[in-house]
Amino acid sequence: MIRLEGLEKVYPAARGQAAHLALKGIDLTIGRGEIFGIIGRSGAGKSTLIRTINRLEKVTGGRVLVDGVDIAGLSNAELTAFRRRVGMVFQHFNLLSSRTVFGNVALPLELAKTPKAEIAARVAPMLELVGLSDKRDRYPAELSGGQKQRVGIARALVAEPMVLLCDEVTSALDPETTQQILDLLRDINRRLDLTMVVITHEMSVVRDLCDKVAVIDDGGIVEQGNVFDVFVRPEHPTTQALIAGEIEAALPKSLHRIIHGAPQKDGENPVVKVVFTGPNAYEPIISQLSRVAGIDFNILAGQVDYIQNRPFGILFVEAKGGLAEAERAIAFIQSRNLSAEIIGYVDPDTVPAG
Amino acid sequence: MLTQTLSLLANAAWETTYMVLVSLSIGTALGGPLGVMLATSGRGELFQMAAFNRVVGALVNATRSIPFIILAVAIIPFTRLVAGTSIGTGAAIVPLTVAATPFIARIIEGAVRGVDAGLIEAAQAMGAKPLQIVFKVLLPEALPSIVLGLTLTTVLLIGYSAMVGAVGGGGLGDLGIRYGYQRFRPDVMAAVVVTLIVVVQLIQTAGDRLARRLNKRLR
Repeated sequence: MIRLEGLEKVYPAARGQAAHLALKGIDLTIGRGEIFGIIGRSGAGKSTLIRTINRLEKVTGGRVLVDGVDIAGLSNAELTAFRRRVGMVFQHFNLLSSRTVFGNVALPLELAKTPKAEIAARVAPMLELVGLSDKRDRYPAELSGGQKQRVGIARALVAEPMVLLCDEVTSALDPETTQQILDLLRDINRRLDLTMVVITHEMSVVRDLCDKVAVIDDGGIVEQGNVFDVFVRPEHPTTQALIAGEIEAALPKSLHRIIHGAPQKDGENPVVKVVFTGPNAYEPIISQLSRVAGIDFNILAGQVDYIQNRPFGILFVEAKGGLAEAERAIAFIQSRNLSAEIIGYVDPDTVPAG
Repeated sequence: MLTQTLSLLANAAWETTYMVLVSLSIGTALGGPLGVMLATSGRGELFQMAAFNRVVGALVNATRSIPFIILAVAIIPFTRLVAGTSIGTGAAIVPLTVAATPFIARIIEGAVRGVDAGLIEAAQAMGAKPLQIVFKVLLPEALPSIVLGLTLTTVLLIGYSAMVGAVGGGGLGDLGIRYGYQRFRPDVMAAVVVTLIVVVQLIQTAGDRLARRLNKRLR
């Protein structure tokens, strides 16, 4: 549906600032009906990247192909027609304060000179879809952040786009509202089989919404793949850092303080991080471990998540025994196609009883 | 004598109203588009025409630097060309309009520039053409500020209209000077001052109310 080939964007030198290479040869393929996440820290180039897809940002090198058409070659009139088929949702909603909810959603149709009766007939189901039928005649200032974003989504969908671009759409929302908006987008993707490109700096958005993800760092894609695979086996340090924020949450700060790296001191026990994924995630691994290694395991912390409906768990366990037993346990875990490693050592007396 | 004062006052008030309304209308018709152009023709803006922007900007500044009383006298030949005469209420509209136009242009420019750039971007992403952005996005969103700005302009023009007495313009200011001051009629002077205070108060209140009604941002 969307192909980016060797995309480059240079901001020319101006007013004492050196020329800046914002995108450095981006190659991406986004399939029809996919929700494709692009994640990166601020300044990584992700906003520039999404804005090249509807040519709000002109590229200085490479090609942007949407539905097989190189959009650099579009004339002004063709670009207008093209943009009408690409919906965009913004972080700060960008609603017209002078128009009601209805008026805002109707705007793209008005711009395309759609007859009034048809506009009314098409806006109503959109408001229904985003659950705002009762707010039809309200002004944006009377709505909550989540409601405003629903208006933004309805406005982006009313012209029946072939692609929906979402630029940090949940970054201005609280966690609960974020979840509602992500659920809505998921639902829309399923119902309309609509291709979506989602820009975010939050790994949780990628986890809860996207099918595929590309990680962008300093203007280049450093890693991409299925969300589950990238989450479970992140390769690039940037990806690991972004995911760490999600996963470190599993290890509370109080435990973080008492676990330290090598060398192991006398009387201390190894701490093993076990990552459960795939078909073996459901096995009674801990009891098997005890049997194989001949020692007890004390569960320090852990969490189980579902990414794209597949279980993904992390467990931090204290091996109540020596290094040799711990290593035997790790070998066993690895033989079950799960991953495990010693992340440090802990004095059993400092572990909070529980 | 009271009836005479009242009739003088009524006549002068009508002249002032006439001068202000006509110059405000023509000034808006000319200055409005000019202001929109100023606000959208800068570098990287909707209708990028940087040279045009600089030239018009300089011209607007030049006109606005001239004190109104000087402007009114200095452009008398132009006034005669346009109005056929340089004396009278009709002729006074010419310098008033010349002064109002650049002022209104800057007012409209400021109001349009006050519209969030994100809205322009959103409209572009929807496939809006530049003129559609002006009429469907920029002007409706700037309307409350524009109303406030035009209220300000109206009050300013009432003040200016007092000076066109110097070129035979008539109106409330002229009445105050000729009767109140030169003919030692404090009653006329007082009537003029009170009328001006009341009129300006009414205009400002009406403008504020309208702007608040149009502003859907604060509820």
